[in-house]
Amino acid sequence: MPETVVADASATATDAHRAKRIALLGGRIPLARLRDLALVPAIVAIAIVGQIVNPVFLQADNLINVLQTMSEMALLVLAQTMILIVKKMDLSLESTMGLAPGVAAWLVVPAGAGHGLGLIPGGLSIPVTLAVGLLIGVINSVLIIRFGLNGFIVTLGMLIVLRGILTGISGGQTFFQLPSSMLYLGTAEWIGMPASIWICLALFAVAIVVLGWTSFGRSLYAIGGNVDAAKAAGIRTDRVLWIVIVTGSLLAALAGLMLSGRLASVASAQGNGYIFTVFAAAVIGGISLNGGKGTVFGAFSGILLLFMIQNVLTLAGVPAQWIGALNGLIILVALTISRITGGKVQE
Amino acid sequence: MKDGERTANPVPAPADHGRASTGLPIVEATRIVKRFGPTVALNGARITIRAGETHALVGRNGAGKSTLVSVLTGLQSPDEGKVTFGGSPAPRLADRDAWRQRVACVYQKSTIIPTLTVAENLFLNRHDHGPSRLISWTGVRRRAQELLSTWSVDVDPQTPAGDLNVEQRQFVEIARALSFGARFIILDEPTAQLDGAAINRLFDRIRDLQRQGVTFLFISHHLQEVYEICDMVTVFRDARHIVTAPVAGLPRTELVAAMTGEAAADRRQERPSSLDSTAPPALSVRALGSDGDYGDVTFRVGAGEIVGLAGAAASGRTEVAETVVGLRAASTGNIEIAGRRPRPGSVPAALAAGAGFVPQDRHHQGFVPDMSIADNATLSVPKRLGQGGFLNRGRRDRLAEGMIRNLAIKTPGPELPVSGLSGGNQQKVVMARALADDPRLLVLINPTAGVDVRSKEFLLGKVEETAQSGTGVLIASDELDDLRMCDRVLVMFQGRVTNEIARGWHDHDLVAAMEGMDLNA
Repeated sequence: MPETVVADASATATDAHRAKRIALLGGRIPLARLRDLALVPAIVAIAIVGQIVNPVFLQADNLINVLQTMSEMALLVLAQTMILIVKKMDLSLESTMGLAPGVAAWLVVPAGAGHGLGLIPGGLSIPVTLAVGLLIGVINSVLIIRFGLNGFIVTLGMLIVLRGILTGISGGQTFFQLPSSMLYLGTAEWIGMPASIWICLALFAVAIVVLGWTSFGRSLYAIGGNVDAAKAAGIRTDRVLWIVIVTGSLLAALAGLMLSGRLASVASAQGNGYIFTVFAAAVIGGISLNGGKGTVFGAFSGILLLFMIQNVLTLAGVPAQWIGALNGLIILVALTISRITGGKVQE
Repeated sequence: MKDGERTANPVPAPADHGRASTGLPIVEATRIVKRFGPTVALNGARITIRAGETHALVGRNGAGKSTLVSVLTGLQSPDEGKVTFGGSPAPRLADRDAWRQRVACVYQKSTIIPTLTVAENLFLNRHDHGPSRLISWTGVRRRAQELLSTWSVDVDPQTPAGDLNVEQRQFVEIARALSFGARFIILDEPTAQLDGAAINRLFDRIRDLQRQGVTFLFISHHLQEVYEICDMVTVFRDARHIVTAPVAGLPRTELVAAMTGEAAADRRQERPSSLDSTAPPALSVRALGSDGDYGDVTFRVGAGEIVGLAGAAASGRTEVAETVVGLRAASTGNIEIAGRRPRPGSVPAALAAGAGFVPQDRHHQGFVPDMSIADNATLSVPKRLGQGGFLNRGRRDRLAEGMIRNLAIKTPGPELPVSGLSGGNQQKVVMARALADDPRLLVLINPTAGVDVRSKEFLLGKVEETAQSGTGVLIASDELDDLRMCDRVLVMFQGRVTNEIARGWHDHDLVAAMEGMDLNA
């Protein structure tokens, strides 16, 4: 096969050439790193458009407002990102976000006011919330990892069950009169910025470091990319999956706590429908639904882009009735933008 | 991660190792028995590999080669017998690190992670850590660069591993194996997906590493390559060790004889040819080509003629047969079935032109396991089941009962799901469907794979019967028993038809042709 031989030799040569070309700055910044920054130009462009539409946009108050409203959902995005990287998915995060603070409120809110039981002191509400998140994560892990059930269906079932439990204990109503400990994270200000923003940014920073610069973090990518190869490299894959899924549920419980604090209530529909935006933000941010690909920074820019666009629309005076339709449209447009700037087919 | 530091600088052994040096064997397996249920995959097999040699392991499909590899690499423990490395017994199965220091295998299936860079793949789970306990990516990159240049692998460690071609991937996997300290490497059909120039580069690399003291076990279906690169050869047949000999002292004819076994004489008596040369040919293929798979394939199958299409696994025989029935589209050339030219790449068009088809893998393409025999057997002939898209269950069951009788399918009735049948009877259902529309051309790919002996005889008898009724038959297979009744056998090698062998061939002629070897050379 002389012709294929020649073709292959030249292909190898061009491969080598391309490898040289895409590595900028003496190979210190590989193309993969640049792809993480793919959404940055889009974010800058939206900032400029926003500023033109309404000069309020770039003022500190407005930016803090954007960051605070997105902080809860951003934690869900962070959780989903880790779970997607190991090639699993967790739909139940949105229900966890409602049920975890819901159970705490149910046990803490004094009887007589709504459906509260008033069984435990208010100071225990945060530990209870996190414990519920932990328990949900453990149940998901047992079903998915221990019993080998399909993760999509397991978490879809959990989504419905958990939502139903919250509706049951709350009687379909909203818990008010939350203890001050539950309000703290959603209302406190640290160094001039709401605590929820600090928490959100800090957790993202930690996750960026863990996933990029620790053996544990890299094992997430290895598992998502090729689980057999990861096992062969000596990674204890089941243990990593357990940690990831349980951490995801814990993050969702924390997000729920922050949202309840900010709204000073736990509605029975808290978090309802969030999961679709969460998936959209992750995919826009370059996380592959097939696992093993994408970075935490990318996911952060994905959710930031979505919320900035929404804010610009609000400032532009778009009627509230149209926001729903536009939200869906934004997701499609943002996906298209990231396809163009990222350059790769999304899976 | 102390184990990462240990392997930082692989030191090549002194180059004065002669080829086929004597001394303690680097690996020795004795009296290995391995059973999977009722199947005996290895039956008292043995192999001895001495340090510094390149040892070939050959045998036909099912000879036990892959089972031996998984025993030698510690993926499975033998039921009986023992494996020693350099005289000391093999480590426990769970001690992966110990196995990795002794032996590595480059499988046909990749064990790298496509989404990570080459550097990270090399040092996965044993990254360099900086003073802050975080991964030092510069350290990982530097170490990967060192490793790759020590073994002169010309790959940028920053490339995503998914961008590598097969050849580069193999080199990276070899380098990774060496970085664990293993100096014994098993190459499982490394040339199957490579073209000629890449094979030569691989062989140069093997010779280089051999001079640096690396021992190879080389598994290949291409005997020519064994003669080119190996010092010793071991032949397995039917789960047993047949012979181990220096390659130089073993004539090709004897090697092939060892692989096939002399006892395999013509078992079937001669069958009168049913070729009807007056009728138009059932199939004529002209200058068929598809990039990378096969090229310049021209042949015809007369009405009532049985033609075999033989060849090794990657020879292109399966691809040609799948192109004929429309599962693939060729880039050049054309196909005529019973005088009509179906639209390329369309299975319905090929079926409408008069083709019947038994696909390569019945589990993937042959049947829907949870549907009944009746539904499966009549899947390709919906228009005979009723009018206007509605199907008449009574008519379907009558049709299926006819097929069950005709092919002697062992079942209580047509409503049984196909998944409840034995392998042989499942294949009969697939065959029944291929014959459901009285085809002018019957195309069979590996028709007796995984089928018991009696069903095999029956199926092949059915094929002869079909040919006698004037249907042309094309059998793409590497199973000698399938090919024995063919009027003639076309042999494919690396995408080209290289030989045409008339009936009455000897096993070793056909095997040699399939392995791309000329016995008279």
